[in-house]
Amino acid sequence: MTAWETVIGLEVHVQLATRSKLFCGCAATFGADPNRNVCPVCLGLPGALPVPNAVAVRLGARAALALGSTVHPVSVFARKNYFYPDLPKGYQISQFDRPLATGGEVRCESPDRGLVAIGVTRLHLEEDAGKLIHDWVPGRTAIDLNRAGVPLAEIVSEPDLRSPTEARAYLGVLKQVLVYTGVSECSMEKGSLRVDANISLRRPGGPLGTKTELKNMNSFANVERALEIERERQRTILDGGGRVEQVTLLFNADAGTVRPMRGKEESHDYRYFPDPDLPPVVLSRAWIDAARAELPELPEAKRSRFQSAHGLSPYDATVLSAERPVADYFEAVVRAGADPKTAANWVMGESMPGYNEVGAFAVSAVRLAGLIGLVKDGTVSHPAAKRVFGELGAGDEAPHAVATRLGLVQVRDDAQLGAWVTQVIAEHPAEVERFRTGEPKLLAFLVGQVMKKSRGKADPKAVSERLLTHLEAS
Amino acid sequence: MTIAAEALAVAERLERSASLNAVLAWSRPALEAEALRVSRIGSDGPLAGMPVAIKDNIVTTDLPTTCASRILEGYRSPYDATVIERLRLAGGLVACKTNLDEFAMGSSTEHSAFGRVRHPLDPDRVPGGSSGGSAALVAAGVVPAALGSETGGSVRQPAAFCGVVGVKPSYGRVSRFGLVAFGSSLDCVSVFGRTVSDAARVLAAIAGHDPRDATSRPAPPVQVPVPRADLRGLTFGLPTEYFPPDLDPGVRAGVDRAVALVQALGGTVRPVSLPHTRYAVPTYYVLAPAEAAANLARYDGVRYGVRRGAGLDLRSVYRATRGQGFGREVQRRILVGTYVLSAGYYDAYYAKAQAARVRITADFEAAFLTGVDALLTPTTPTPAFRAGAKMADPVQMYLADIFVSAVSLAGLPALSLPAGRSEGLPIGLQIIAPSFEEDRMLSIAATLEPHLSATAEVR
Ligand SMILES: [Zn+2]
Repeated sequence: MTAWETVIGLEVHVQLATRSKLFCGCAATFGADPNRNVCPVCLGLPGALPVPNAVAVRLGARAALALGSTVHPVSVFARKNYFYPDLPKGYQISQFDRPLATGGEVRCESPDRGLVAIGVTRLHLEEDAGKLIHDWVPGRTAIDLNRAGVPLAEIVSEPDLRSPTEARAYLGVLKQVLVYTGVSECSMEKGSLRVDANISLRRPGGPLGTKTELKNMNSFANVERALEIERERQRTILDGGGRVEQVTLLFNADAGTVRPMRGKEESHDYRYFPDPDLPPVVLSRAWIDAARAELPELPEAKRSRFQSAHGLSPYDATVLSAERPVADYFEAVVRAGADPKTAANWVMGESMPGYNEVGAFAVSAVRLAGLIGLVKDGTVSHPAAKRVFGELGAGDEAPHAVATRLGLVQVRDDAQLGAWVTQVIAEHPAEVERFRTGEPKLLAFLVGQVMKKSRGKADPKAVSERLLTHLEAS
Repeated sequence: MTIAAEALAVAERLERSASLNAVLAWSRPALEAEALRVSRIGSDGPLAGMPVAIKDNIVTTDLPTTCASRILEGYRSPYDATVIERLRLAGGLVACKTNLDEFAMGSSTEHSAFGRVRHPLDPDRVPGGSSGGSAALVAAGVVPAALGSETGGSVRQPAAFCGVVGVKPSYGRVSRFGLVAFGSSLDCVSVFGRTVSDAARVLAAIAGHDPRDATSRPAPPVQVPVPRADLRGLTFGLPTEYFPPDLDPGVRAGVDRAVALVQALGGTVRPVSLPHTRYAVPTYYVLAPAEAAANLARYDGVRYGVRRGAGLDLRSVYRATRGQGFGREVQRRILVGTYVLSAGYYDAYYAKAQAARVRITADFEAAFLTGVDALLTPTTPTPAFRAGAKMADPVQMYLADIFVSAVSLAGLPALSLPAGRSEGLPIGLQIIAPSFEEDRMLSIAATLEPHLSATAEVR
């Protein structure tokens, strides 16, 4: 059987992280009671007019710049006409032949091809539609227009992806960049990121095959799964000499199937035309340059800087740069005086589990750096420091104060150490003798005895040195 | 007169003028409430209690807004249009909602779901349209001023037919927020007045940038004009395309008399050419329906207004609601608009019309660049025609707007001034000014007004 090459393109809709909707002042927040966040504009009442949200335009431009796209000085809002009960005006305000941005790429790691650059075709702004809720009232369909008018950026990729796994990797990197730049929360559960996928098979190097469109995937894993299922379905058809039909398919995660969409899916003529209510979006060079200057360091750049500037391993650099709050936290610990590699170990080992659970760091970067300093100068032992860390979260007590309160500050007072060492030597003549006659492992036993006397407060290194001196001298 | 007394007087005049069928909604309690509200705001505003009739495609909370359509029968807006708020702030009084061609689509106010409006001078004739109700009320002396709306001449044309002043401002001069959209790139809230001064006072009150309308523009306020001693130093262009051989003789006589007056007052008059004028009506009847088809998509029976086809599937509800809710002319324009935007036809119609619009606008700019301060033309090719005369032939009806639609496409300010009568029917002189030169236009009109003896026979 000849091999088929898989060709995948993705259309990703992300909700821009604005407070208000794209064309009115209503809140764009998730989770309000139905039809609370609505006004004459987003309800499409007679006489109401849209006014563009400048923040949404800025976030869209920022996303585009982060993807290396060209932001156009003039872009145009257009009306996309179709009837549906979740669409109050009977048209969606979107961008069509003059999108906000075109070009750009997403670099991601392919399991079979290494680092690949996936082209971005375009990024445009549009408003979301409302939501139909079936059987909320039994036997009826209710409409919630809270989402109507929520600002979205649609990011369309080139058909450059060659496997479902690559598609998932692309989504991971895209999401990382968009979250990093504060463009979107990118939460599939909250509907702030949605993915439609186009897939076709062809003979390697041959012309593109007929594509199908997949919808209704609610996680990146499901995007991958749906694509795998659809790839198999198309492969079976083509291997059997059949032809793939151009259809839109809905993924059913529970059944693990794709099935053709009904109803809405006739071939539509959307009759796009420029929205006469909205003058073209005109962005000056200076405005675009300022938006570019405002971009934070992106994950890829941060990862390589963490390796070159902080000497981190590629793995550590990847983990610490994956999320901006983690990266910022790590760098704050370093700025507060901690050695980068030690800071990396502490952040990954101690801080991140809590962060991953609650989304925030319990111990401030400055206090963590302080704690690391206490280990470095021998004030507390490493195991003791971990106990101190556990206590630090609760209040704003300084690390040293916590260590003292817990009695974990190591004793380096010579007289005290000397007294304990003398006592231990006196109390264990047999072991002392065996050490002297050639059983060096007994040193550990004697150190242990001193540590016991100090109730863990003695610095084991100092104890061992002191013991040796005493044993050799007498 | 106090505002309350003014309201009472208006109520009586509204009752007496009922036979015009110019009003779709008014009530004594609403007028009393309005008078109370306006006197609280302060009656010392520039309009000082002036009652103003409102075309029923401008939304108001107190009175229903129907656009003279079955589909919005009984619809009550939860908010007031910007122009309504501004009118009240200036001391103006919302008197009533006036009849119109359904969704402002028409030139005779015969396309109203609630019956045609009668011409105040001859009940068998039309008052023009689509703002026929507002024009008729001002002409009948029920109100000194009224708001209408223009998409392609819907205030200037009825103003000419009824013998009142009709002012269409520059596109962007007055907020469209709360004006029910027809052709958004053309729609302008516009004003009728018994005199230039009344119209100018109302325009000055409602004009100005509105952050709720992205197409409205900041500009210095409109001034109420003071008549000049003469028109010396001003050059007037007479576009040859606006004086065709088949121009109604009465209209021609009225405009000729006005032009002679301009010259007598020291104005310079010279012919100019606007060569793309003949494309204005076809261009308008591609672009306006295209925008209208989208603007009227929201009337689907789902959220508000009338719903038909209860119990049927979604598509049937849409069909029944829109099929029964919209009148024939509205349906015709929705179909035309949908057609010209369709895949395969867009370039041939919509794109071509946009290109023509650019040429038409450039014609005006070129004329003004040659030192012309304003253009003078007839407002309409004929005086008010008989009711029913053009109902069977939409194209004949569309041609009633032949002298007004180019100005709308170019977004310019223009005004229709009563210029005498022919066989008892009013004639309108159109004054067209460059963009945002309303002050010049109004001052020319105010200068001519006292000399024009609007009720005199000109033929
Ligand atoms: Zn809203």
